[in-house]
Amino acid sequence: MSEADTAVNVAVKNSPPAVIEPKSALRFVLPLAIFIVLAGFLFVGLRLNPREVPSPFIGKPAPSFQLTQLARPEQTFSPKQMQGEVWLLNVWASWCVACRIEHPLLVDLAKKNVIPIVGLNYKDKRDAALGWLGQFGDPYKLSVADTDGRVGIDYGVYGVPETFVIDKVGVIRFKQIGPITEDAWRDKILPLVQQLRQS
Amino acid sequence: MCRAAIACVLLALISGSVIASKPVAQLDATDTRRAAALAEQLRCLVCQNQSIAESNAELAVDLRREINEQIRAGRSDSDIVDFMVARYGDFVLYRPPVKPHTLLLWFGPALLAVVALIAFMRALRNRRRRSIERPLTDAEHAEAERLLGESVRSNQ
Repeated sequence: MSEADTAVNVAVKNSPPAVIEPKSALRFVLPLAIFIVLAGFLFVGLRLNPREVPSPFIGKPAPSFQLTQLARPEQTFSPKQMQGEVWLLNVWASWCVACRIEHPLLVDLAKKNVIPIVGLNYKDKRDAALGWLGQFGDPYKLSVADTDGRVGIDYGVYGVPETFVIDKVGVIRFKQIGPITEDAWRDKILPLVQQLRQS
Repeated sequence: MCRAAIACVLLALISGSVIASKPVAQLDATDTRRAAALAEQLRCLVCQNQSIAESNAELAVDLRREINEQIRAGRSDSDIVDFMVARYGDFVLYRPPVKPHTLLLWFGPALLAVVALIAFMRALRNRRRRSIERPLTDAEHAEAERLLGESVRSNQ
């Protein structure tokens, strides 16, 4: 027997194929499967927007408030006045850069009389807010002045602009965080509004 | 993420000028500590990796003021936490509550550790059993001796 033959014999004896072989497939497939699942989770995670926090308000009555109107400070507004209508509560401010992105869309909606929009002018100065509306257009049925941001806190506002879709009985049905994009309006908000109007 | 970071910086810049004049309710030492402890438990939703205590975002300043005022009004810590959760969801809590859909979050790591431990023990046992079940034959002993001898020789 040559040395090479003996070495091969020893190698074969020391690694009994009957024990290792059935496991080796699993040993290869299992880590791969774990990797694919993990990569899947991470890939989905990459595409999620961390600013879109699920709102605890969906399906709950819109918090009530009574605030003075921006244009007519002698008059107040309360969400109760909108009973029976599907409407938007849009949180905006003159200092809010992102509000300028969605503003043309709101102006367009107002021009076509699609839906009543009430503005919640959040932590703003009256002169600045009125000036801003004068410059970019006023799509609002009316705006209310939430100067110290308290109503904003009650509505869980954390990233202006935010828009709430409120149904006929005053329940919040949807919340858009950040500017309303054309896509969000066409694919989510408009279909929801039409559905809510029929119910 | 990048846009969020820029927004945070902008918001911080804007808020600096607006909030400086807001009076903060005065509290005694115990209540100040309570307010600080609460603020540390709550996440700022504007700059999401900071607590309300750390963040200078305008919202964090407002919520610190809200905490102070509620403490002054005699509300308990859990009342105040509930107030925040009702408005901003469980997301404001750095310590998420144990709920059916957070069970995996809470117990997943421990479960994983137990599974890993069991797998490790089984691997150890298998290895020991294999070496006990199959002691080396005389021929294998001789071969091992020869190979060892060879490596000793080649090392010299």
